[in-house]
Amino acid sequence: MLELEKVWKSYRVGSLGSKKLTAVRDVSFSIAPGEVLSVVGESGSGKTTVGKMVLQLISVSKGAIRLDGEDITKTGKRGLKEYYRNVQGVFQDPFSSYNPIFRADRVLEMVKESYFPRVKRSEWDSKVEDSLQSVGLEAGAVLGKYPHQLSGGQLQRMLIARALLLDIKVLVADEIISMLDASTRIDVLNLLGSLKERGLAVLFVTHDLSLANYISERVIIMRHGAIVETGATGKVFGDPRHPYSRNLLASVPQLHTKWSENPIPVVELEPDGDRSRPPAPLTKVDERHWVASVG
Amino acid sequence: MTTDVMLTADTVGQRRENLYFALRNPKVLIGLTIVVGLALLGVIGPFFLSATPNEYIGPKSEAPSADHWLGTTYFGQDVFTQFVHGLRSSYLVGSLGGLIAFVIGMSVGFTAGYRGGLVDEFLNMLTNVVLVLPALAVLIVISSYLEVRGVISQAVIIGLFSWPWVARAVRAQTFTLRNRDYVDLAKLTGKRPGQIIMREIMPNMASYLLMSVILLFGGAILFAAMLDFIGMGPSNSVSLGSMMQQAMAWSSLHLGLWWWFVPPGAAITLIVGGLYITNVGLDEVFNPKLREK
Ligand SMILES: Nc1ncnc2c1ncn2[C@@H]1O[C@H](COP(=O)(O)OP(=O)(O)OP(=O)(O)O)[C@@H](O)[C@H]1O
Ligand SMILES: [Mg+2]
Repeated sequence: MLELEKVWKSYRVGSLGSKKLTAVRDVSFSIAPGEVLSVVGESGSGKTTVGKMVLQLISVSKGAIRLDGEDITKTGKRGLKEYYRNVQGVFQDPFSSYNPIFRADRVLEMVKESYFPRVKRSEWDSKVEDSLQSVGLEAGAVLGKYPHQLSGGQLQRMLIARALLLDIKVLVADEIISMLDASTRIDVLNLLGSLKERGLAVLFVTHDLSLANYISERVIIMRHGAIVETGATGKVFGDPRHPYSRNLLASVPQLHTKWSENPIPVVELEPDGDRSRPPAPLTKVDERHWVASVG
Repeated sequence: MTTDVMLTADTVGQRRENLYFALRNPKVLIGLTIVVGLALLGVIGPFFLSATPNEYIGPKSEAPSADHWLGTTYFGQDVFTQFVHGLRSSYLVGSLGGLIAFVIGMSVGFTAGYRGGLVDEFLNMLTNVVLVLPALAVLIVISSYLEVRGVISQAVIIGLFSWPWVARAVRAQTFTLRNRDYVDLAKLTGKRPGQIIMREIMPNMASYLLMSVILLFGGAILFAAMLDFIGMGPSNSVSLGSMMQQAMAWSSLHLGLWWWFVPPGAAITLIVGGLYITNVGLDEVFNPKLREK
């Protein structure tokens, strides 16, 4: 349904755009309805950039992003507004997602203003109530409040409710629970699970492998802007082939081991090379399991 | 339409709170009283007085009396009439010059800050050029070329030269605000850049913008007075600065005609000082950390 084909992104940096920084290199993947696809990788590996390109908040330098076959990198403003009926995002910092001087439910009101200007107030109010309920919020407890009067978990859920007002097909969730406490995390995560049941596709960006493992069918591991390993979650996490993936998995601290007993071994990895060159190609190593060759 | 009302109503609570503190802040009260009081005198006064303030109507160099409240000039013009007309033109220059500078400064600042990239580099260069131009020298050259120097042309020239610092500050603030996630969220709702600037970014800078307007207003009045004083003022009307210039030119100081130069001088000082006090007070209002217990 949503498909990225050989997507590249380079930023111009330095004065007058004299230098180039390639943040995403030759990334291709697709998501199907009812599927959660996790994107994991170290800081700076390009996860957020991929998410923002899917949301068209930043342009792609090369490649195509298609929703149901239509390349949205080429549609104009009109097309983009229609695209946002189908694809929405939630970001990491709930407090930055709300304009602090307005009431929090303004994010819902803006959806009405842009997409449902002719819907009657009473009809809209019940629609809002329904979508708040579906994310586990009670309308009376959150409507009419300012962002600082609500908790991070409530704010993140309200953003999901906002996306649901639009009957979306794809949700881009960029580290949406990394700023929540452990118990709220699980609630929001389970909420994503139930959305998946309803046929929503979720692009779940995270650096927490256990979360990725918990929620997703498929996983992408990124490094230096390129995919190094991808496939079914069980395959990739159960039998990591790329040295980087192995390091990543080995570095997840276990609850019952201590550093003093068993320091985590780390394998030397090849350094960051020339990013403008195409990355190592992915080869199939198993059913639903691909790994980039190591040079 | 109704949704618009709803959205603006959201901020009403906070605006009201700010208004409450503003009207209880003694600095704001004193400053506003001075500025508004003199403005009323300048706006309403001329309707009750002669429309030709430069007319020779009475005895020369007479001290203040019941007939001539602020006395007469060396040539026998009524100082109070001149003063009231001068106030009016000073406020006109201040508002028009300040407004022009504010509009240019905001447009440049918001565009540069929001668009970034090459647009920003170009606008930034333009801003810096205007900033380092010796404005006074340029103004003198331009002013001396104009056939009839009026209050309006003076205001336009002042406006065209005093926007850079607003542009710089607006640009800097826009730069940080445009990276907030709520701006991205507004984009995801299909909002256009203009709407995002007006409705997401600008409200967060409202206090700052209000204070800039006040400073620009005061700056324009002071700048105009300076031009007038060096003889570059309006050639077809009276202003506070040109009154002082005339007074000095005819050595009112030596002749002891204090009523000729004290009122305009005091008025300029009071207006600019009043605006400054208002600003300091507003700063306390918007910045609760500065509020006294
Ligand atoms: N606007 C920008 N201009 C220039 N470079 C950028 C910009 N945004 C991101 N980058 C660079 O692109 C690379 C990828 O950044 P990105 O934010 O996608 O990483 P990430 O994987 O999301 O990291 P994290 O886990 O820390 O969120 C980084 O090297 C970053 O410095
Ligand atoms: Mg990120």
